Amino acid sequence: MASKVTSAVMRQGFRVLGVAIRSERGVFAVAVLSSAVYGVMTVASAWALGWATQNLVLPSLAEGRVADGALTTAVLLILGVALLKATGVAGRRYFAGVMQYRMQARSRREVTRQYLRLPLAWHHKHPTGQLLSNASADAEAAWAPLAPLPMAVGVVVMLVTAAVALVATDPVLALVGFLIFPAIAVLNFVYQRRLSPLATRAQQLRAEVSEVAHESFDGALVVKTLGREDEETARFRAGAEELRDANIAVGRVRGLFDPLLEALPILGVLAVLLVGAGRLESGAITPGVLVQVAYLFTLLAFPIRALGWVLAELPRAVVGYERVRAVLDTTGSMEYGSATLTGEKPAGLRVQGLGYSYGDSAVLHEVDLDVPPGRTVALVGPTGSGKSTLAQTFVRLVDPARGAVLIDGVDLREVARGGVSEAVALVPQQTFLFDDTVRGNVTLGLPVGDEEVWAALRLAQADGFVSALPGGLDTRVGERGTSLSGGQRQRLALARALVRRPRLLVLDDATSSVDPQVEAKILQGLRDTAQASTVVVVAYRMATIALADEVVYLEHGRVTDQGPHELLLPRCEGYRNLVTAYEREEAEREALDAEEAEKEEEVSA
Amino acid sequence: MSSLHGVERSALATVRHGLSLTPEFRKGIAGTLALAVLATIGKVIVPIAVQQTIDTGLKGAVPDLPYIRGAVLLCAAAVVLTALCAYLMNVRLYQATEASLATLRTRGFRHVHDLSVLTQNSERRGALVSRVTGDVDQISVFMQWGGLMIIIALGQLLVATVLMFVYSWQLALTVWLCFLPLMIVLPRFQRWLSGAYTQVRERAGDMLAAVGESVVGAAVIRAHGSEARTAERLDVTIEANKAAQARTQRIVATVFPVTEIVAALATTAVVLIGVRLGVAGDITAGRLIAFLFLITLFVSPLQTATEMLNEAQNAIAGWRRILGVLDTPPDVADPGEDGVELPRGPISVSFEEVGFSYPGGAPVLTGVTVDIPPRSRIAVVGETGSGKTTFAKLLTRLMDPVTGRVTVDGHDLRGVRFSSLRERIVMVPQDGFLFDGTLEENIRFGRPSATSEEILLALTELGLADWLEGLPEGLATPVGQRGESLSAGERQLVALVRAYLADPDLLLLDEATSAVDPATEVRLARALDGVTRGRTAVSIAHRLSTAEAADEVLVFDGGRIVQRGPHAELVGEPGVYAGLHASWVSAARS
Repeated sequence: MASKVTSAVMRQGFRVLGVAIRSERGVFAVAVLSSAVYGVMTVASAWALGWATQNLVLPSLAEGRVADGALTTAVLLILGVALLKATGVAGRRYFAGVMQYRMQARSRREVTRQYLRLPLAWHHKHPTGQLLSNASADAEAAWAPLAPLPMAVGVVVMLVTAAVALVATDPVLALVGFLIFPAIAVLNFVYQRRLSPLATRAQQLRAEVSEVAHESFDGALVVKTLGREDEETARFRAGAEELRDANIAVGRVRGLFDPLLEALPILGVLAVLLVGAGRLESGAITPGVLVQVAYLFTLLAFPIRALGWVLAELPRAVVGYERVRAVLDTTGSMEYGSATLTGEKPAGLRVQGLGYSYGDSAVLHEVDLDVPPGRTVALVGPTGSGKSTLAQTFVRLVDPARGAVLIDGVDLREVARGGVSEAVALVPQQTFLFDDTVRGNVTLGLPVGDEEVWAALRLAQADGFVSALPGGLDTRVGERGTSLSGGQRQRLALARALVRRPRLLVLDDATSSVDPQVEAKILQGLRDTAQASTVVVVAYRMATIALADEVVYLEHGRVTDQGPHELLLPRCEGYRNLVTAYEREEAEREALDAEEAEKEEEVSA
Repeated sequence: MSSLHGVERSALATVRHGLSLTPEFRKGIAGTLALAVLATIGKVIVPIAVQQTIDTGLKGAVPDLPYIRGAVLLCAAAVVLTALCAYLMNVRLYQATEASLATLRTRGFRHVHDLSVLTQNSERRGALVSRVTGDVDQISVFMQWGGLMIIIALGQLLVATVLMFVYSWQLALTVWLCFLPLMIVLPRFQRWLSGAYTQVRERAGDMLAAVGESVVGAAVIRAHGSEARTAERLDVTIEANKAAQARTQRIVATVFPVTEIVAALATTAVVLIGVRLGVAGDITAGRLIAFLFLITLFVSPLQTATEMLNEAQNAIAGWRRILGVLDTPPDVADPGEDGVELPRGPISVSFEEVGFSYPGGAPVLTGVTVDIPPRSRIAVVGETGSGKTTFAKLLTRLMDPVTGRVTVDGHDLRGVRFSSLRERIVMVPQDGFLFDGTLEENIRFGRPSATSEEILLALTELGLADWLEGLPEGLATPVGQRGESLSAGERQLVALVRAYLADPDLLLLDEATSAVDPATEVRLARALDGVTRGRTAVSIAHRLSTAEAADEVLVFDGGRIVQRGPHAELVGEPGVYAGLHASWVSAARS
């Protein structure tokens, strides 16, 4: 089973190499050409030494006189060949690297473009760690064999040249070579076949260990507050130890084959000496030839392993390439139409028969909604009733499974790419800040001046704390920047939406961490400004709801009632229970207090 | 830059200290090294065989075939033997290094968790992860390849040199004179290269950070249509990474072939001088030719020297980074065995003149003195940035006060064992992080020994049985990465049950139900009220009723407690609380 997989993997691997060669023909050609020069010159250097032995060293020592003419030739030969060889090596190394890095960068650009293109639903299905490794480790692994590839091609040239040179000098010694070098190649092949499943497993375990660390460090606060460090360490240790054992299994195979591969050419040289001595006796070859062939075997011993390096990288490359391809080949990216949502006036929102499911569980059923331009509507419902999902369909973060969302009568799916976000802005429940300045986080590249940024910050009640930051608008926030409180982050996110002057503003419980009095100011500001927009707000707070012209009450993914607050309050029990929860609680408490006070009075009386 | 840098150490001291942390590596290292020495001897078999063949075997007019056969067979036996030594050495090396690195990884991991919240938050998560993954991998590459190669290369050079001096001291000196300048400049080459590699690593880090943002911020990017700008930012980092890689390759491609040329010069010099020595009768032909083979033994160690030095440097950098973690004192440290074990039961807390400021920042808490008696219900209120959360972090010892002290049942928090502290005081943070797993697994995180029945009971006691029934797979519902399959409010519910299951004596809620709907929240508050009776409860309040229900309200403003007392008293006084109250009332009723 494993062997079948491996040969299939090898074939796939060669296809991956083909992709790279087709993409970077020029660079590959130069790299291979340089490597061919290196290959031929390696054989030539052995020949030069053989020549020097036969024509300079042996005659000079035999005759007791330095053969001057041969000396000059030998020096020029050795140096000339070495110069050419060095040039070949330099070219091979540099261009092999360039090719590899270009392909990596290309894959990374393609993959990240795809991340930006694919719908949010796709992102929800794929762990962050996996997407990160697709763009980094996988893109790197996919093109890793490109580094030794030109060398391997050069080695093939070297072997062919060596074979021709051997046959030309002495067919019998050539036979030794024809036994030894195929043996090395076969051994290499067996080596890689044994190694690749083990290496793949080690690679997987390495990724798993990394995932455990990532998640555990992400949840560091929870681990700490509940004192679960020991359990987490045990979980990590189990992974680390499994990785250790997998690495040792890899090491056993390497440890066996590496010395074998090293010993084989040495045995070859010894065989050359043995056979060559016989050939010398019969006068078929000169001592110079013997030295030349022995030297050649010494020189070939190391480079021939480059063939193995390429093979060794192939399985990992295939896995990496397949992962990268899986991202690139993902269809189901959002389709866009050509309609536009132009206009300056507040937008009208209509939802028709909308349904949505996460996997098998439906979260929204048959939702119908009509928000006329300029109105403010509150979406109210218990935790987990589907409000956030519904809000996400308004800005087309997700497409409904059934039904449609229309802005100004246009189905969002018919709007051109980028068109929806020009008209509609969503402030999500969970704030995300980029590792960027305050300005960058508010504009997100939108070409607006600082006055507009400040105006948006003012409206979001964020101007106060931003101007108090050490660098003002230029202060870095985000993962490594100044730490902001949850409420401050939410206000930046709000400013981010406001600076876009949306015609429909969707606030998904976007002020939950903001103090009530600050929230009141924000909402007041939104009402008072001339910034004309329709507002949909997911809210629990009465003050927020009170600002709405109309309330839509959701329960278990269905709209159970909708209308002005005053009408809903008496007729919709769920709604009443929800929004008056605090008041009722307070009333009860007051009644209780009063009771106690009465009792106390009675006692004292 | 990173705040996790350990003691300044030289490269050698770093390696020594790194190795000292992993005793598994040192165990049996002598045997492994002995095998390495034996394996190295195999490298000079070829030159010896060539010399013997030419000088003895081919001395007469007719080759001495029996002698050559004997010599070759002897050499072949030596080759097989040294290969066996190499195999044994490899296996021992892999076992020792992997065992030691697994230990190092786990220690690093544990230490990251032991660091204070403050230190943890000052690092990129990805950077912390790479300290226990990629950095350790770099060490392993070095120990199993680079480090071994250095030992073998040095051995090879030594054995070759010894043999050279045996054959001809004049030629041996010639070869060394040719290679010496290269050996002297190699460290310089390597410094260039390592500078270039550092750039590559930094650029790669930037790139990963950019990719991370584009993935984690996927919703924001889409909601605001900033795909083009994100793509641009990504491209900049991808191209910068590529440029840094290419620069490194240019240096490698320049340095690497130099060895070939030096070797050719050495070969030429040996031929030039050797022939003259030979004519003078100072060297035999076989020895002279053996020199040509011996020179090749200089090439590979020097060619790979920059790479080996580089691996060494990477490994040292890797060690430095992981030692950086291990050296960073957990500034909020567990007193461990010496610490106080608090007996279970109602808990009292005192803040005595407590002040806190972030490193290099303005004070966020000043002169906070307050007693929280056992079984009391405390509400902490104040505007954003007034110091509420800092107060909570000091109370749970996520941070230590800069001045003053916090005591629990009369013991300074700094002297209480973590195992005891975390058992007795549990905080529920606002953002309830969940692990990728089922609902049940996440709740059980609060108390690993809890049975499914106990978990169900906890949910029922908190009035969440209805909510659980509404979930498609009940307790087996998968929560997704970071719990993202649940809504923010639901995540808070899980976090609360998790903390409740841990059964602490003091429960601290940091706006723990801010994203939960009012009806559920009121139900929850009531349930909590019931089940936490007899325990101490501190709530950072975001709504009126929490403050009203509390025995005492602590009002924070500008890092100080400006008012305190029961709600009924405070609400009548002019001050911060009256203002907060007014805005709450308007928010609740409008």
